[in-house]
Amino acid sequence: MAQSQAWGDKRFEVMMGRLLRFGVIFAAAWVLAGGIHYLTQSGAAKPDYKAFHGEPGGLRYPREIIREAIRLDARGLIQLGLLLLIATPVARVAFSVIGFALEKDWMYVGITLIVLALLVYSLSSS
Amino acid sequence: MSTFEFTILIAIGSLVAGMIGALTGLGGGVVIVPLLTLAFGVDIRYAIGASLVSVIATSSGAAAAYLKEGFSNMRVGMFLEIATTIGAITGAYLAASTPTSAIAIIFGVVLLYSAYSANKPPKDLLTDEPPDRYATLLKFDGSYPADGGEKSYRVRHVPAGFGLMYVAGVLSGLLGIGSGAVKVLAMDQAMRIPFKVSTTTSNFMIGVTAAASAGIYLHRGYIDPGIAMPVMLGVLAGALIGARILPGAKVRTLRLVFSVVIAALAFQMIFKGVKGSF
Repeated sequence: MAQSQAWGDKRFEVMMGRLLRFGVIFAAAWVLAGGIHYLTQSGAAKPDYKAFHGEPGGLRYPREIIREAIRLDARGLIQLGLLLLIATPVARVAFSVIGFALEKDWMYVGITLIVLALLVYSLSSS
Repeated sequence: MSTFEFTILIAIGSLVAGMIGALTGLGGGVVIVPLLTLAFGVDIRYAIGASLVSVIATSSGAAAAYLKEGFSNMRVGMFLEIATTIGAITGAYLAASTPTSAIAIIFGVVLLYSAYSANKPPKDLLTDEPPDRYATLLKFDGSYPADGGEKSYRVRHVPAGFGLMYVAGVLSGLLGIGSGAVKVLAMDQAMRIPFKVSTTTSNFMIGVTAAASAGIYLHRGYIDPGIAMPVMLGVLAGALIGARILPGAKVRTLRLVFSVVIAALAFQMIFKGVKGSF
């Protein structure tokens, strides 16, 4: 019993690891592409981060970020990649619900759903 | 300095931070904020936003390598994430009403604690006590690969670990760090989980904790693509290298060196915070 559970855990973890790796590599490649675009456009400018201005509205909310990215705005493209990165751990938790359900571990399905609800709350609140 | 040079320098600094962060289990975020604020003069709010993003990259990037090794304990991680995510949301809300100089001072204190905890030899406090009631109920006890065999362990003091994890979450949300030091404290010292397992499980949890506050930071305009981009890419590359060399690494020596660096950074953060220059 303990043996088979450990084995199931392991396989599940490896799958989870692959999912995460894919998400992170995809987000990183996206950010890198946006970054190259950004540096070719504004690489020679002077950076100004000494004072805090806050990002413009277009870089604060998912719908606006996607709109900026579609316009091929360099900062919008990077921000979309960062948004994808933030979504990776959320996806991992969502997939963990399925993983625990496949193991018929309902207690952990419940625990994982609580974590997922907390994540969705924080990402959707403003 | 042009934006190009600024970006490249930040990327290199972040790469080193990410590598050490993954190796020590303390996360790259703990040095990203001092690096950006003290060395590059970046406003602490932008620094915290970029750090938070890098923390997610460190966690998810290194996790892929860790999970293959089978060191982490998914159940312990998921259960404790309830505490860390509630804490992270609390911390992110607190960040809006806390003056930046106060954040700098709290940051310095947390850095000092990290330096102190890094100085202690990572001795496993394995226990022969009878199984813990909560640990049994939550199916926490497990095993991990060690010296040509599986080594089993028992988990203790679940409520204390849960409480400490809430604190770790608050600090993560307030300071934009992974709070690896407090997470390892909760798991090593309170819950008596072996060092290799607690390090990797803490890594597993850090990304989820950071994501819980990242949304709130994004809405508030703290996450700047120009800074977050080199930080995230640098830390991620560093974390991948760090995770690759973890199984054979002399973690004790590295922790010692790292602790000296972060203690020095801590005093600077506190000093500048008290002077009000943040």
